[in-house]
Amino acid sequence: MAKGLSKSFKKALWVYHCNSGSCNGCDIEIIAALCPRYDVERFGIKLVGTPRHADVLLITGPVTRQMVEKVKRVYEQIPDPKAVICVGNCGNTGDVFFESYNLVGPIDNIIPVDVHVIGCPPRPEAIINAVAKAWVKLETLEAKK
Amino acid sequence: MKAKATTKTTYQIPIGPIHPALKEPVQFEFEIDGERIVDVDVSLGHVHRAIEWTGMHRNPIQILYLAERICGICSYCHPMAFSLAVERIAGIEVPDRANYLRIVHAELERICSHVLWAGVAAHEIGFDSVLFLTWQIREEALDLTEYLTGNRVTKAITMIGGVRRDITPDMLPRIKKSLKVLKDSFEKLRKIYLEDKTFKMRSQGCGILTKEDALKLCACGPTTRASGVKKDVRIDQPYFAFGDLDFDYVTPDVLTGEVNGDVYDRIIVRLLEVKQSIELIERSIEQMPQGEIVSEPKIAKLLATLKKAKGEGIGRMEAPRGEVFHYVKLNENEYPYSWKVRAPTYSNILPWIPMLKGQQIADIPIVAASTDPCMSCTNRVTILKDNNKYELTKQELHRLSVEKTRRLMK
Repeated sequence: MAKGLSKSFKKALWVYHCNSGSCNGCDIEIIAALCPRYDVERFGIKLVGTPRHADVLLITGPVTRQMVEKVKRVYEQIPDPKAVICVGNCGNTGDVFFESYNLVGPIDNIIPVDVHVIGCPPRPEAIINAVAKAWVKLETLEAKK
Repeated sequence: MKAKATTKTTYQIPIGPIHPALKEPVQFEFEIDGERIVDVDVSLGHVHRAIEWTGMHRNPIQILYLAERICGICSYCHPMAFSLAVERIAGIEVPDRANYLRIVHAELERICSHVLWAGVAAHEIGFDSVLFLTWQIREEALDLTEYLTGNRVTKAITMIGGVRRDITPDMLPRIKKSLKVLKDSFEKLRKIYLEDKTFKMRSQGCGILTKEDALKLCACGPTTRASGVKKDVRIDQPYFAFGDLDFDYVTPDVLTGEVNGDVYDRIIVRLLEVKQSIELIERSIEQMPQGEIVSEPKIAKLLATLKKAKGEGIGRMEAPRGEVFHYVKLNENEYPYSWKVRAPTYSNILPWIPMLKGQQIADIPIVAASTDPCMSCTNRVTILKDNNKYELTKQELHRLSVEKTRRLMK
């Protein structure tokens, strides 16, 4: 964790999860992170139903052609300051689908990504770590104000 | 449906098209009259990753990796159905021990998937404490999966002509311990899902699929068994070593003596299948003969065999959601000539239409979830009424559903 940050979260991080054509693997690991074994809700991290309430965007999947506009719209709807986490190999690099004719991703091409989580799918621990990193970014932005 | 000549006007709710959970994203258009659904239209084919096309540029071993990524929840049955098809073409004999090992992994996947589904169904009616309870139980099944295969979700256990990892005698105590935990928690689940008042209220008489409709629309898996159709690939056309194990179709009349085809019956079928799967794993571990686990351990040699193979083959498997079907054509080439995948949700989408007709808007989540469609996000919904557009989010739908539960509790 970066130096000079407060020990506790200044605010509870609310996360919006957007699936841009992934295989479900990352998505169930994200929900697993919310459930009792990993239980991120004890840190105040929780999934919300609409991007307008969110601080962090978790995005999975390789972004198919039909999803591009929707991903952009979701990103624009999140109020500033915001952080974007790309979960899973296919969003980061295209992974096994890299040569497919119907992909526009990686997600970097479409919206700016702050934290990349690799793994197919990444373990829940890795996803929690990524959210903590995104929190560092948000706190740093706050400190600059 | 014919439009009735009344003063009442129906309005439409489009849901989707973003339903990227499975290979088949889906868009619904609901005709709503007040609170009742009059008509439903389903359109498919929005999110498309071109997996079959990509597969025609990969060799069969590489396709196993690709097929695993068709769906993260069915990450075992897709590559396995593909290898069943390829084995049939190339005439590869699978060793006996591998056939039993394959059953263990297939049934373990069924347990993970059904328990996951049970949690989602609880969430859809606003029973979130049960969601957390079931997912805690699911972690036990995932731990066992990780112990046996090395991964939690994508298992990478499939190999053409066998499996990649063996179960050694020193692993048995750990497996038995996990199975015991699962068995004990099954009792807890059964009590909650089948005896709890809230579940009964929301699921009985809701989303009915009659036997005729199930047959007519070719529903498959637990969805069709809950309507009383005895259809299960494991019994009808035994693959692996299922022919050696004696077990029966799970239909709701086993427990209640009658078949209604509603959401409650689908819950019964899935819960009983979890129990059946635990028993099947235990029996196949007991009966497992000694021997090889893969027919050809050298991958280069296997690829050379497949390069010479010619012909077409099909692989059918009973995935957790129903029958998964792979068609492969090899043409003495490094890459397959053709590869076609049909996932079970494809057959289970059309039955949504008779299920949803006449239901309330608040019932959409639970009825849609009752076929287990991997519905990870229902995204936004727009209600058009008198040309004033307002949005109904998934959250809003969920709130409606929770409210209905509360209303019924009073």
